[in-house]
Amino acid sequence: MPLSEQEHKELRTIAKKIRKDIVDVTHWSGGSHIGGSLSMVDFMVVLYWKYMRIDPKNPSWEERDRLVLSKGHGGVGHAVILANRGYFDFELLKEFNQFGSAFGMHLDSKKATGVEASTGSMGHGLSQALGMALGARVLKKDWKIYAVVGDGECNEGSIWESAMAANHYKTGNLIGFLDRNHMMIDGPTESVMSLEPLDKKWEAFGWFTQVINGHDMHQICNAIDRALAYKEGPSMIICDTVKGKGVDFMENNPAWHYGGLNAELAEKAKLSIDKMYPDLP
Amino acid sequence: MSPVGGLTWTVYDADKMTQAETYGLILSELGKMNPKIVGLSADLAKSTKIGKFGEKFPDRFFNLGIAEQNMFGVAAGLAKAGLLPFVSTFSVFASMRAVEFLRTDVCYQNLNVKIIATHGGTSFGSAGTTHHSIEDLSIIRAIPNIQLIVPADAVETALAVQACVEVEGPVYIRIGRSFEPRVYQTDQYGFQIGKSVEMKSGTDVTVIACGAVVYHAVEAANILEREDGISIRVLNMHTIKPIDREAILKALSETRRIVTFEDHNVIGGLGSAVSEVIAESGKACAFTKVGIPDQFTPHGYPEDLMHYYKIDTDGIVEKVRELLGKEFEKEEDWEDEY
Repeated sequence: MPLSEQEHKELRTIAKKIRKDIVDVTHWSGGSHIGGSLSMVDFMVVLYWKYMRIDPKNPSWEERDRLVLSKGHGGVGHAVILANRGYFDFELLKEFNQFGSAFGMHLDSKKATGVEASTGSMGHGLSQALGMALGARVLKKDWKIYAVVGDGECNEGSIWESAMAANHYKTGNLIGFLDRNHMMIDGPTESVMSLEPLDKKWEAFGWFTQVINGHDMHQICNAIDRALAYKEGPSMIICDTVKGKGVDFMENNPAWHYGGLNAELAEKAKLSIDKMYPDLP
Repeated sequence: MSPVGGLTWTVYDADKMTQAETYGLILSELGKMNPKIVGLSADLAKSTKIGKFGEKFPDRFFNLGIAEQNMFGVAAGLAKAGLLPFVSTFSVFASMRAVEFLRTDVCYQNLNVKIIATHGGTSFGSAGTTHHSIEDLSIIRAIPNIQLIVPADAVETALAVQACVEVEGPVYIRIGRSFEPRVYQTDQYGFQIGKSVEMKSGTDVTVIACGAVVYHAVEAANILEREDGISIRVLNMHTIKPIDREAILKALSETRRIVTFEDHNVIGGLGSAVSEVIAESGKACAFTKVGIPDQFTPHGYPEDLMHYYKIDTDGIVEKVRELLGKEFEKEEDWEDEY
């Protein structure tokens, strides 16, 4: 349903805090996949705070909706979001990347509370999400399954194997988010491996496909509403985003796919995030 | 273990059914009793016989098309949803085409997924090298959390499929394509995952085999006993992982000569698993592993390939005779030349 102004402000406040927390964890941990974590913050916040049927205090609640982060390198962003949503104490992320910690660059579903699938290798998560969607059908459950896919990840053949199968089995309970941040490790997606026309590809594979501004929470909500209303098959919401969103020196710079931040740079990054939200304290 | 109650399958069916046919039937029977069982295949429902389950339970069967990677990811997702997926494709695809999905999605997350991989080893002989699976045991054995079973015949396949439901976590069962001669006349021989079966007792030499080679090992042992007067112990090492260390160490102490036979590369499979136990024991032993000598296999009928690689009855007789002629140094003879 559409966002009220009050809700919009609340969700943006959460997103702002999460962006800053991602900067902090990147600073403590020595480095993280910060660029692709910042690009997915806005739609992840809308999902976790507005749409998903979840109980963070009962993470294995059978009736919950499930989100699979297929672009598993967004692990730092996902961990910060889960901590802020109440799955575990944010203090645990002080040990991010350390030996024996439950948290590292690519999250382990056996160790990190709230993580539905261990991902990190590209092109795996969408298949697992599809399995959950089919599982819901067999078990007659009304779970919604959300899968967050990277744009570079769409180079993987297995993504299109899952895309084909989800259409074949008409999984109306499967909603994909494609974090279209236009950058991969080696450069812009279109210079490494052409993806466009990406929306046409998903449409051709039978998915109800929408393209939105992935940082506009109103558009995100509208797109989710439309996807939820569409029951005839899988949906893909292509979120046009900016890699490193909120941190001016990272934005659209593939060098910040993965990186570390010293204290000075971390402060600079947080000042930049403040500028992104001039209306918020 | 005894068969699950309610199964209509009996050992007599083993005479007219292949390992895969038996698997398809048993899975259909298990499906009646356990509504959590779901089946997956990648356009090989007919060939792997999981299609029998699919015919009975169309709502619990998913054909993913020729897309093995996605199939293993989907299996992981189904297991996470609380179901019990059985995945079937040819061994060459399960262990190689899709191995990273099996490793990362299924095994890393220790999910309750059962892989029944058919057409193992050279059993799909005339299909040629692309369809020979001579690396699967080595590859699967190196992945943590998964158990690896190679049943000797249709009877043991039935027991292994039932047993794998009882254990939590991933299990890989490698069976053949057809032509697997029947080894067992009863299913009441105490099949247990991880526990080898002594097919024949003996004190001069121990032959260890798995899969369809077990039949030939028993035949060869009978010939050698009759013609050469040798006392041969035959172990059916149906579980490659976890390997039955106790039986190997016992054979080592009691026979001091061990030879392994497998339809697999001699690197990384049954022979390697047995040799690791022997080497770590610190005891001297005359040992040979027989299988495919690290080469790509030629086209041909399975029986011709087994003959060529000396893993049929004649080959096993020849290789055991060779080993018996082989001396191994006693500790007091060891010199420091290395």
